[in-house]
Amino acid sequence: MDRTVARAVRGLSRGGRRGPGAGRARGAGVVALAALPIAFLGVLFAWPVVAILRLGVTDGEVSRALAQAQTWDLAAFTLGQAAASTAVAVLAGMPVAFLLARVRLRGAGWVRTFLLVPFVLPTVVVGLAFKALWPGGGVATIVLANAFFNVAVVARTVGGLWAHLDRRAEDAARSLGASPWQAFRTVTLPALAPALASSAAVVFLFCSTSFGVVLMLGGGRYRTLETEIYLRTVELLDLSGAAALSLVQLAAVVLALVVGGVARRRRERAAPLRAPVTTARRPAGREWWVVGAALTVVAGLLVPILALVVRSLSTRDGWGFDGYRALAGSGDGALSVTGWEAALNSLRTAFDATVLAMIVGVLAAVALVAAGRARGRAARLAGETLDAALMLPLGVSAVTVGFGYLVTLDALPGDLRTSPMLVPLAQALVVVPLVIRMVLPVLRSVDDRLRQAAATLGAAPVRVWWTVDVPLAARSLAAAAAFGYVVALGEFGATSFLARPEAPTLPVAINELISRPGELNTQLAYAACTLLMLVTAGVAAVIDRLRAPHVGEF
Amino acid sequence: MLTVDRVTVTYDRTPAVRDASLEIADGEVLALLGPSGSGKSTLLRAIAGLEPATGAVRWDGDDLAGVPVHRRGFGLVFQDGQLFPHRDVAGNIAFGPRMQGMPAGDRDRRVAELLELVGLAGYERRQVTELSGGEAQRVALARALAPRPRLLLLDEPLSGLDAELRESLALDLVGVLRRAKATTLLVTHDQEEAFTLADRLAVLDEGRIRQSGDVVDVWRAPADERVARFLGVTTVVSGEVADGQLRCAFGVADVPWALAGPVTVGLRPHALRVASTGVPGEVVERARRRDHTRVTVDVSETVPDASTVDAVATMADGVRPGEEVRLRLDPGGVAIVG
Repeated sequence: MDRTVARAVRGLSRGGRRGPGAGRARGAGVVALAALPIAFLGVLFAWPVVAILRLGVTDGEVSRALAQAQTWDLAAFTLGQAAASTAVAVLAGMPVAFLLARVRLRGAGWVRTFLLVPFVLPTVVVGLAFKALWPGGGVATIVLANAFFNVAVVARTVGGLWAHLDRRAEDAARSLGASPWQAFRTVTLPALAPALASSAAVVFLFCSTSFGVVLMLGGGRYRTLETEIYLRTVELLDLSGAAALSLVQLAAVVLALVVGGVARRRRERAAPLRAPVTTARRPAGREWWVVGAALTVVAGLLVPILALVVRSLSTRDGWGFDGYRALAGSGDGALSVTGWEAALNSLRTAFDATVLAMIVGVLAAVALVAAGRARGRAARLAGETLDAALMLPLGVSAVTVGFGYLVTLDALPGDLRTSPMLVPLAQALVVVPLVIRMVLPVLRSVDDRLRQAAATLGAAPVRVWWTVDVPLAARSLAAAAAFGYVVALGEFGATSFLARPEAPTLPVAINELISRPGELNTQLAYAACTLLMLVTAGVAAVIDRLRAPHVGEF
Repeated sequence: MLTVDRVTVTYDRTPAVRDASLEIADGEVLALLGPSGSGKSTLLRAIAGLEPATGAVRWDGDDLAGVPVHRRGFGLVFQDGQLFPHRDVAGNIAFGPRMQGMPAGDRDRRVAELLELVGLAGYERRQVTELSGGEAQRVALARALAPRPRLLLLDEPLSGLDAELRESLALDLVGVLRRAKATTLLVTHDQEEAFTLADRLAVLDEGRIRQSGDVVDVWRAPADERVARFLGVTTVVSGEVADGQLRCAFGVADVPWALAGPVTVGLRPHALRVASTGVPGEVVERARRRDHTRVTVDVSETVPDASTVDAVATMADGVRPGEEVRLRLDPGGVAIVG
């Protein structure tokens, strides 16, 4: 990891060394931009993970784990269920992306906002909701629950690019004799490929490291590498076995990233951007079928959510607000703070995490765009390596990272382990790859000559970025910030490991409440859950409206 | 004054521009003319500081190697304008002055002044997405001129427009450049554009500058046959100049500017005109143009080393394929090659 980064940095500087003026300056600029993301990733990810792996890899445990058939079964099941979940999420997400990008219908904006809600629900809660709907559990439920979380990733990422695609390319295909479907398949789909590949890669990583859902719905029968690592670390205290499995997981994730990266590289190219105002219109003819499919997906997403809301309002004697009233207290002794305090804590932590993640993620995206434009093969390769490396945090067990923090971070001045910034930093680590994946395709679609025009008019590089890239990517930047914020709000894996008991976030509190007996605790949990959904939907709505279509802005 | 001194630009180890040297004096318009793929846009981008290059680009003797694009003070107009889609016309034009820190009031005046200059007065609040191609290019030009660049770089500024518009805008552009006294480097593959706009000409081919000089000199005396053919010569024959007169197989023409001796003669189509006297031949093909008729004439019986030649006839001549015509030499279309 550290070596990869070092190589990336060397490659970047080498790529820029060719010419006297512009080249070197650009190379140095790219390295400077990439420095913060690389440092962030090195200290908060690579170092803790490597430390944990080294703890485990001392006594030949890895080769023993590799020799066991069980390891390969776990790996196969992990990747298999992730692939199936990704396929379902993509299939369900595409019609919704169409709805968001190309359809001018009242209420489409609300769909965009609503989509975020499933994505940020704490995994434990969704696990419970699906278990209530399909008590038997099983593979299908795991796949559906994983897809439930991730439809939003596909729909919003693909929809973001789709809204900007020039419709005339499709019109040209239609005039050449293509049916609407053929035009979509041969013109639109290839143009959407970068966003599609990006979002599919993210979803695949989420699903292959999905933890709470598998734990709740898999029972003893279905286990993934992630749950097994957790089991060995926390329950069996088999640290070297867990480390061995972490290595297997890391290898699988790297493999998936490389495959995804190759697919992306083949397809990612600048797409002509249009104002979204001109691309959205009322659906006509068979487009209504697609709209129908999208609304069906949305309705499907509503089912578990409604189940939760209904549950939060049911008391032993009919409907009531007992759970919500209990938010002012701390349950039946389950929490050290009140529900409201936990909620406030969540908002604050998520804000800090979002600010951190936006800084790191946007810097990284800008560096990646610059590296992708660079002439030298070495610079491009370095860019792709950095691109993949920045995705790794999504694919590595939160348990591993969490443990790694406890082992390593005391070496830093001012012991980070007890700092209130620890949780935001860990959440930012999860959010950064999302920010990059959302911002990068749009930044790459900005015609480089617009930047050059600004430069010849006297704008320094930072000014160019501020006056060209930022306004053109404002939609995706706002969307990325909104997305990052709600992801941080709902983050459970790393937070549950790192949050101090006196300052739990809402998801941590919910998990705590649900694992305790007592009617009040359960009701409080469901009420807190509904509260989290409302806050999420509210934040998403506000930020989505902030970038309301001001004609001519895009 | 701009000096380009042996600039080489390399793409993935293949040189796109090799050892290019040229100079542009203050207030002068130099056209860099070359076929597509000749490396002319690459050279322009290297001068702007957008391409890493070896060799030196100097302004008034100062090497610009360490000067980034935004500090060079070189305005650039792209073929397709590249106006900022998120700003209106005034916002685009005011961009450069804003970067220089010009106060808002002065900026507005400057915008109005430039819109006046390019003939779009009152367009301030228009959205750039609503402009026609010609209007967009005018705005792009105004935007590039607004910060008063010391050098204006035009990259095929008229190529994206239709023929009629191209012609009228070219004439307007001459006026704008003269009034703005802008030192200009124009990159184009269109000779007519180059001749209309430029004082001097540099011909670029396969990454090398083959010839540069005064427009008329290059036009009359292309350095070699390749350049000659690129500059419209379709027929090459041998001849001899003596006492300011050229003698060749097609007749005699006054060339007071040419040096005496045996020469290679390059003939553009309008160097050979259908007339009542001259070299006989048979019309093989005919194509009508806007203001003349272009004919291909088989002259293999009278001029064996030029089997068929391109010539022009007036619309009134009404020639048809298969007819016998006579071709008279017109000095206006004659070039001395080499």
